[in-house]
Amino acid sequence: MSHLAKDMTPNVTWKEITPGCNIFEGGTSAMVETGDWRTLKPVLDWDKCRQCLLCVPVCPDMSIPVNQEGKREDFNYFFCKGCGICANACPFGAITMVKDEK
Amino acid sequence: MGIRERLSGNEAVAYAMKQINPDVMGAYPITPSTEIPQYFSTYVDNGEVDTEFIAVESEHSAMSTCIGAQAAGCRAISATSSCGLCYMTEMLYVAASDRLPITLAVSCRALSGPININNDHSDAMGVRDAGWLMLFAETNQEAYDNYLQAMRIAEAVSLPIMICQDGFITSHAIENIELVEDDKVKAFVGEYHPQHFLLNKDEPMAVGAYATPVYYMESKRLQAQAMMDAKDVIRKVGAEFGEMTGRTYGLIEQYQMDDAEEAIVIIGSSAGTAKEAINELRAQGKKVGLIKVRSFRPFPAEDIVEALRHIKSFAVMDKDDSFNAHCGPMFAEVAASLYAAGVSGPKGINYIYGLGGRDVRVESIQHVFAELEKISATGETGETYRYLDVRE
Amino acid sequence: MSYNLKENVMKEDRLSGGHRMCAGCGSPIAVRTVLRALEPEDHAVVCSATSCLEVSTFMYPYTAWKDSFIHNAFENAAATISGVETAYRAMKKRGKLDETWKFIAFGGDGGTYDIGFQSLSGAMERGHDMVYVCYDNEAYMNTGIQRSSSTPHFADTTTSPVGKVVPGKLQQKKNLTKIMVAHGIPYVAQTTFIGNFKDITEKAHKAIYTPGAAFLNVMAPCPRGWRYPSEKLMEVTKMAVETCVWPLYEVVEGKYILSYQPKNKLPVEEYLKMQGRFAHMFKPGNEWMIEEVQKEVDRNWEELLKLCAL
Repeated sequence: MSHLAKDMTPNVTWKEITPGCNIFEGGTSAMVETGDWRTLKPVLDWDKCRQCLLCVPVCPDMSIPVNQEGKREDFNYFFCKGCGICANACPFGAITMVKDEK
Repeated sequence: MGIRERLSGNEAVAYAMKQINPDVMGAYPITPSTEIPQYFSTYVDNGEVDTEFIAVESEHSAMSTCIGAQAAGCRAISATSSCGLCYMTEMLYVAASDRLPITLAVSCRALSGPININNDHSDAMGVRDAGWLMLFAETNQEAYDNYLQAMRIAEAVSLPIMICQDGFITSHAIENIELVEDDKVKAFVGEYHPQHFLLNKDEPMAVGAYATPVYYMESKRLQAQAMMDAKDVIRKVGAEFGEMTGRTYGLIEQYQMDDAEEAIVIIGSSAGTAKEAINELRAQGKKVGLIKVRSFRPFPAEDIVEALRHIKSFAVMDKDDSFNAHCGPMFAEVAASLYAAGVSGPKGINYIYGLGGRDVRVESIQHVFAELEKISATGETGETYRYLDVRE
Repeated sequence: MSYNLKENVMKEDRLSGGHRMCAGCGSPIAVRTVLRALEPEDHAVVCSATSCLEVSTFMYPYTAWKDSFIHNAFENAAATISGVETAYRAMKKRGKLDETWKFIAFGGDGGTYDIGFQSLSGAMERGHDMVYVCYDNEAYMNTGIQRSSSTPHFADTTTSPVGKVVPGKLQQKKNLTKIMVAHGIPYVAQTTFIGNFKDITEKAHKAIYTPGAAFLNVMAPCPRGWRYPSEKLMEVTKMAVETCVWPLYEVVEGKYILSYQPKNKLPVEEYLKMQGRFAHMFKPGNEWMIEEVQKEVDRNWEELLKLCAL
């Protein structure tokens, strides 16, 4: 019987649910899209970005990935809730909040 | 052959703990269970056990540390009484829901107020719906024996277990006792190898989810099943314990029930007094018997129904009161068991007795049987909600 | 360890996205930063008190925690993690594991200053090798912005509403950091989100790697409860520090060390005016409230400078 979080769907029966609602994996919330909460969307102007990385630690949603070379990549819009902290933290005005069209 | 000793109930339980040598004990002093962590911390400080002892700042934290330690992958134990058990109540529910087989020794004591340090069962009965397995002992020997069986039962169904005895009456009274040899205890109890635990470097585990209505009820149904499954486990472990020691245990004990016409249903040390009363009445030719409930959780409904099915009248003895203007908790459960089984022949009454250490004498029990005899003769129960040995 | 932002943010986050905290919440920023202070090879068990953080990061079956995690109840995160830490010592003693584990508990101010205070004090006194992190957002946000003993003087909350006769919370904020110092534990620090996160990261690292009990108090603003636009988070924390409302300091083995001294200590208005919960203090006739808060901040600041032998 599967004890994987992905199989604990809203249809799971009492015989199949994990005991105590315990979960035996880490980071299963990575399956959850929170980007659809967004009303404003951060957009990075790559020309203005100096890769100072000050936008990275201020993100509450781990939505600014940093690669192996230590450079930030584009936003993870699957998680980003559009709070705008990164845009305000950017010293170079490289991040603009725009209306999110869905 | 066991080892013959003379121990108080608290010391017997502490000695069982020492023989089991669990990983973590978190405990806080309260009369009358205090001696258990006292004895045990002496074993710890003398290097007689490997257990880590956490002298916490409250019973609430005692159970909280046990939850943390058991979830981490350890055997965790505690001991408490009365208000201490009340103070843990919130955590008792969490321990059961998290499916952590923690072992808690309870030396039962009345609840405040008025403050009273003596025995009754209002502490344990107050947490009867917390989801814990609950075994009650009549004697020091049973407290010790139940403790040795506790982890086997709890771990088999992933539910926490309370090993209850009567405060002062057995917890502080020194009685002859037969102890099991250390190596036999070790072999009987075995090692704890949980399938999932926090300190598993190969598999992270998350405990204590927020469950929405979509999942909560399925989770509770699974928990309920564990309690149902525990009945067979308790019988099986009790039988295996009997093979080792000659002392076999089930969910209930029946005394002189084969041809009984009147019976009482009782828990704990007063069963001993009641047996003495029955011996005297039997000598007078009265057909009286007793059902002692060892396992209150799971509740042995089927066993009780079978035992009471053919008798004329019975009294359920509650050493606490539900204050519902109706009956004590065990009467409610016994009556519900009979009703659910379609058994309506026996007439039943309820006695609230022994509150706050009120002495339970042989004559007290004989009075109950005298009342039952009248009910059997007339078929009239009269008031079913009665107080025993209270000054009118 | 010299701090380098690039190296720090190249570490894998130990908190996953997909959690359900509000947009712009300070708490997950505190959590991910503290967890990034762990050495990547070390294992950790994390505990959270019941809180916004807990219900948002472990809504079944989705856990945002990549490490082992335990939530128990509101008032006992410290006791719970102390049980886990004790289990670790017990298992290590019995040779059941040999790798290194660290133990970190998170609680909001309600779960730390108020209902979890006894459990916290007990765990700190017993000296477990653990870190307790309070993410202080100065009210019971999970239940809808009720006042706690951490709520600042005059703040408008749902149980200290600004009324016709009572102007918000009547009491000052409890100084929990100093109470934790009084426990005589080896490491206590107060921090928040500033600039490149050097202050909080270094403090978190020290807290985690100082043997024994450590306490970290992190101001973690709540845009909804404090009523400021979510994008202003870093401006709010900066102003809390520049006005000395929330001084940055640490106490190592009982020795107070000031982490940052503003060149020009700004008036408290600069901090208060950013937040709707203090809006009533700026109404004509209420100047006395601002003056009173300024006096309190000044007194606390002077006292801290003395403790830091400055």
